[in-house]
Amino acid sequence: MSAAKSGKRRPAARDADAELRAAQEKRLRAVWATPKGWRYWTSVNNTDIGLWYASAAFIFMLFAGVLALIVRAQLAVPDNDLVSADFYNQAYTLHGTVMMFLFAVPIFEAFAIYVLPGMLGTRELPFPRLSAFGFWSFALGGVFVCGSIFFGAAPSSGWFMYPPLATDKEQVGIGADIWLLGLSFIEVASIAAAVELIIGIMKFRAPGMRINMMPLFAWYLLIVAGMILFAFPPLIAGDILFELERLFDWPFFDHERGGDPILWQHLFWIFGHPEVYIVFLPAIALMAMIVPTFAQRPIIGYSWIVLAAVGTGFLSFGLWVHHMFATGLPMISLAFFSAASEAVAIPTGVQIFVFTATLLAGRVIFSTPMLFGAGGLAIFTIGGLTGVMVAIAPFDWQAHDTYFIVAHLHYVLIGGMLFPIIAGLYYFYPLITEKKLSDRIGKIAFWLMFVGFNVGFFPMHLTGLLGMPRRVFTYPAVAGWDWLNLISTVGAFTFASGVALVVIDTVRPRRRQPKVAVNPWNAGTLEWLNPPSENWGMRSIPQVASRYPLWEQKELGREVAEGRWYLPDAQEGKREALMVSVLDAEPQEVFRVPGTSYVSMVSAFMLGGAFISMTFEWWWTTLAFAVLCLCAILTWVWTGTSQHPEKPEKDAGRGLVLPLYVSGQHSAGWWAMFITMVGDGTAFASLLFGYFFYWTIHEDFTAGLAGPGVVWPMVSLVLFVAAWGAMLAARALNTRGSGNGLRIALGASAALNAAAALAGLYGPWSTGMEPTAHVYPAIVWVLVLWTVVHAGVGLIMQLFCLVASFAGRLTQTYDKDIHNVTLYWHFMVVTAVFTFAIVGLFPLAV
Amino acid sequence: MLTACVSQQSALHPAGWEAERVDILFWVMVAGGAVIFVGVIGLLLYATRHHTRRKVHSEQAAGRLIVGGTLFTIATLALLLGYSLWLMQDLRPWTLKEGESRLEVEVTGEQFWWRVVYREGEGTPRVITANEVRLPVGERVNFILNSADMIHSFWIPSLGGKMDMIPGRTTQLSLLATKPGTFRAPCAEYCGTSHALMAFSAVAMEPADFEAWLDARAAPSPAAQGDGHDAFMRQGCGACHSIQGTQAAGTIGPDLSHVGSRVSLAAGILPNDEESLTRFIRNAEAVKPGARMPAYDMLADDELAAIARYLKGLE
Repeated sequence: MSAAKSGKRRPAARDADAELRAAQEKRLRAVWATPKGWRYWTSVNNTDIGLWYASAAFIFMLFAGVLALIVRAQLAVPDNDLVSADFYNQAYTLHGTVMMFLFAVPIFEAFAIYVLPGMLGTRELPFPRLSAFGFWSFALGGVFVCGSIFFGAAPSSGWFMYPPLATDKEQVGIGADIWLLGLSFIEVASIAAAVELIIGIMKFRAPGMRINMMPLFAWYLLIVAGMILFAFPPLIAGDILFELERLFDWPFFDHERGGDPILWQHLFWIFGHPEVYIVFLPAIALMAMIVPTFAQRPIIGYSWIVLAAVGTGFLSFGLWVHHMFATGLPMISLAFFSAASEAVAIPTGVQIFVFTATLLAGRVIFSTPMLFGAGGLAIFTIGGLTGVMVAIAPFDWQAHDTYFIVAHLHYVLIGGMLFPIIAGLYYFYPLITEKKLSDRIGKIAFWLMFVGFNVGFFPMHLTGLLGMPRRVFTYPAVAGWDWLNLISTVGAFTFASGVALVVIDTVRPRRRQPKVAVNPWNAGTLEWLNPPSENWGMRSIPQVASRYPLWEQKELGREVAEGRWYLPDAQEGKREALMVSVLDAEPQEVFRVPGTSYVSMVSAFMLGGAFISMTFEWWWTTLAFAVLCLCAILTWVWTGTSQHPEKPEKDAGRGLVLPLYVSGQHSAGWWAMFITMVGDGTAFASLLFGYFFYWTIHEDFTAGLAGPGVVWPMVSLVLFVAAWGAMLAARALNTRGSGNGLRIALGASAALNAAAALAGLYGPWSTGMEPTAHVYPAIVWVLVLWTVVHAGVGLIMQLFCLVASFAGRLTQTYDKDIHNVTLYWHFMVVTAVFTFAIVGLFPLAV
Repeated sequence: MLTACVSQQSALHPAGWEAERVDILFWVMVAGGAVIFVGVIGLLLYATRHHTRRKVHSEQAAGRLIVGGTLFTIATLALLLGYSLWLMQDLRPWTLKEGESRLEVEVTGEQFWWRVVYREGEGTPRVITANEVRLPVGERVNFILNSADMIHSFWIPSLGGKMDMIPGRTTQLSLLATKPGTFRAPCAEYCGTSHALMAFSAVAMEPADFEAWLDARAAPSPAAQGDGHDAFMRQGCGACHSIQGTQAAGTIGPDLSHVGSRVSLAAGILPNDEESLTRFIRNAEAVKPGARMPAYDMLADDELAAIARYLKGLE
C-alpha cells in the first residue's frame, strides 16, 4: 500500500523499483507475521505482548478498584457490619498489593514494551521471548494472587506484611505464602522486563540517536529499569528470609531466637520507597512525551529534566527510613532521612517546572490527553506538598499510619500515576487501533474522576488528623468521623464511575468510526511513523539526527516508508534489528531477533507451577515443576541463543556491512548476563546486610553457638577461586582455538566447583549448626545455601558449554556461550569469596 | 457535642506540649503549601490556555521559570528542614535531660489491649491496670513501651505523636500534658484482625488528683470481696485475671482490680456498664474477633449478671 502511495507521489519512479519494494514488504510481512488461530498466544511480538500486558494490568486494576469500593462501602457509616473484619483485612491488603504489584509496575512494562521499539526507531526489543516469559509469569502469578480472595485465603496483613504478625502461621494463614511466593514470581517477571528494557534502550536505537537525543520516555524507562534492578532484589532477599521462617521455622524475625522484625521493615522499604518512584517516573515520562506534542515544540530543559529524573532515582534509595520514623530509631538517622526526603522534592519540582516552561513557550492545543495530564499534575502537586509535610519527622509522628497518609499516597499515585496513564491511553490509543477515543466521553470521564477523587480523598487528610488510623475495618460513632467518611465514600463511587466510562469507551466496538492519520497528533517522535496495521515495527531503520525527527527531518517518513534506509528487506527470512553502540548509536551488528515460540509460555507456566506448589508445601510437585522449568529454559537457550548465522556479515543497506554474530562485551546476551547478575548481586548484598544487621543489634550475635569453623569455609573459598581460574583458562584456550583445552579446563572447573560447594556445605554441617535454633546459624546457612545454589546454576552452565562444545555449537568463532558463562563466574567468585570469608573469618574478628 | 467528641482523639485539638507544636507546624505548612499550590496551578492554567488566547513566551523566559522555580524550591525546603530539625530535638530530645522525667509508665501492647504498669523506682509495681493511662498535667511522663506479640503503636493524638511497640525491643516516648481531659488513643499499627478495636483512654489530671488516684489504685477496691466475688472465682476467671485483695492473680488477661471505674471497656470499644460486661463475658469473640478470652455463653444468666455486677462495682 505504501509503495503504491509513494508511486503516486513520485510518478517518475520506475516500475522495477516499486516491484522490488513490494517484494521486500511481502518478505518483511511474512517474517514479522503474528501467528493465526490459537497459536496467536505463542506470539512474542512486542505489540501483541504489550497489548496483553496492558490489558491484564488494567483488569487487575479494575479488580483492585472493586475491592476499594467494598472498603469504602464498609467505612461509609460507623460500626458497620457489611463485611467481616477478616474479609475487610483481606480486601484492603489485596487492594494495595494488586495496585502496586499487578498494576502500577506492570502497566509501565506494558507501555514500554509496546511503544519503546517504535520510539527508539528499532523493530523489536532484543529479547522478545523474555518479554513473553515475563507476561505469562505476570498473568499466572496475578490470577493466583487475586483468586485467593474467592477462597477466603487472601493475604490479610497489609501490603507491607510486617512480621511477626505475617509470619504467625496460626493467625495468618496461607495468604501470606500466596503473597510471598506469588509476588516473588511476579518480581522475577519485573526483573526480566528491566533487563530487556535496559538493553533495548542502550543498544537498540536508530543509528545516530545519540544518548542525549533519546526521547525522554526512553531516558525515564532506562532509569526506572535500573531502579528495578536495585530495588526488587532486597525484597526478594526479604521474601526468601520470610518464607524460610514460615515454611521451615528459621527465626529471622523472631526476637525470642535472636531475630528482629525491624530487619524486614528495612528490606521491605529499601524496596518500597524506590517502588513509589518506579511507578511515578514512567508516568512523568508519558507527560514528557505528551506535553511537547500538545505544545507543538521541543521540550525546554531536556538536560534539566534528565538530570532531575536521574537525581530522583538516585535519591529514592536514600529515603526508606521515613516509613519508619515511629520505630524508635536514633534521632540522627531520622534527621538524615528527613533531609533526604525533603531533597527529593527538588528534582520533582524541576520536572513540573520543565513541563510548565515548555507549555509557556509552546503553541498549546488542548486535548483529552492534556486534560488528564494537567488534572493529574494538579492532584499530584497536592500529594507532593503533603509529602514534604510528612517528610518532617515531628509531623509524621502524628500523621504516620493515619488516613492522612492514605490521602497523601493516593494523591501521589492517582495524580502522579493513574491520571497520566489515562492520558497515555488517550494519547497512544490511535497507535494501537488507528482510531481515537471519544473526546466527549473523555471529558465527562475526566470530570467525574477529578471531582470524585478530590471529594473522596481530600477529606481524608482531616479524618487522619482527627485521629483515624488506617487499616481499621470500622470505627466508633463517638469518634466523630462519620460525615467525613460518608463524603469519602460518595467521592470514591463517583471516581469509579469515571473510570468505568473510560473502560467502556476503550472496549466498545468502533467499526464504523473512521480511521485517523498515522500521526494524528502531529507528534515529533518515531513511534508515530509506522502504520499500526504493519507488524514490522519500522519499514526501514532510519538514521536520526534530532530529538524530534518527524518535526525536523521532513523527508524521513517518506524515506522510511519507501524502504530507503537500513534493513529494508528480510531476504534470509529472519527477524532482524540493528544493534548500536551505547553512547553514539553507531551501528555494530545486525541482530537476529528470536521469533514466535512456545518456549516462553511453557517456561513461565512451569516456574509458576513450582511457586504455586511451594505455597501448598507440595514438595514433590514443586521439584517436578522445577525440573521441567529447567528443561524448558535449557531448550530455550539451546534453540534461541547463539545461533550460527549462515554468513558472517551482511549488507544492512546503503552500503553498510555489519557482522551477524558478535560475542563478548558487544553482544546483547553478555549485557543481559551482566545486568541480571548486578540484580542478583544486589539480592546477595541484601542478605549480607542481614548478617551484619544481626551483628549490630546483639552484644554477641553468635549467641555462643558454634560457627562453621575456619577450615572448611576457607577450603571452599580457595576451591571456588580455583574453579573461576579454570573458567578463565577455558575461555582463553577457546579463543586460541583449542577445543580440547576448552573441554579439559571446563571439566576441571566443574569438578572444582562441585568440590567447593560440598566443602562449603560441610562447614556448618560439621559443627552441627541448627538453623531453627537461633538466627545466627540460620543466617549463616542462608548465605552458604545462596552460594551453593549459585554454584549449582554455574555447574549447569559449565555442563551446557561442554555439551555445546562437543555438539559444535561452541567453537572458536561462535563463542558467546563461554563468554557469558565466564561473566557469570566473575560474579560467582565474588559471591563465594564474600560468603566464605565472612562466615569463616568474621566471627574471629568480633 | 460533635466538637467535644472529636477533640477526644484529634491532633488538631492539642492538649499536650508536642501536639501543640506539631499543630502549629501543620498550619504553617498548610498555609505555605496553599500559597505554592495556588501559584503552581495558576501558572499551569495559564500555560495550558490555547495559544491564540495568550502570548507565546520566549524560550529564555520559560527557561528562567525552571531556574527560578528550582531555586525557590531549594530555599523553601532548606528553611522548612532547618526548622524541623530544631523542632525534632526540642520535642524528643536526642538525649533525655537528667532528672526531667520523674514518672515512668510501662505500657505493653497485646492483642488487642494494653497492659499498664506504674512503678516506683526499680521496685515492684505500685499500680497495675489496663487500657487506661492517667498522667498529671504539667509533668513530663516517660512511657516505656513493649509488645507481647505483634507490632502495635502507642498514640495519644491529643498529646503527641506515636511510637511503635516492637516485640524484642523497648521503645520510649515522653509526653507532657498541658490541659486536663480524657483522650482516646487508638492502636496505630495494624496488629491483627481486631486492630480496629484496640484503643485506650488517656486521662490528664491535675497533679494532686493524680496522686490521689494513684494512691487509691494502689489499694484493693472496697468491693473486692463483695457480691459476685464467689461466682467470679468459681468460674476460674482468676486464672487469667488479677483482682487485688482476692485470690485472683492471673496475668494472661487485663488486671481487673478497679475495672468498674475505667473510662471504657474492652480496650476502648464499649461503654463501662453491666450490659457491656455481660456481653463481653458471654462471647468475647463476637465483640472482638481474635480476642483470646474464651466464650462463657454456657453460664446461667444470673451467674453472668452477678459477675458483671461485681466487676462494675470494683471502683
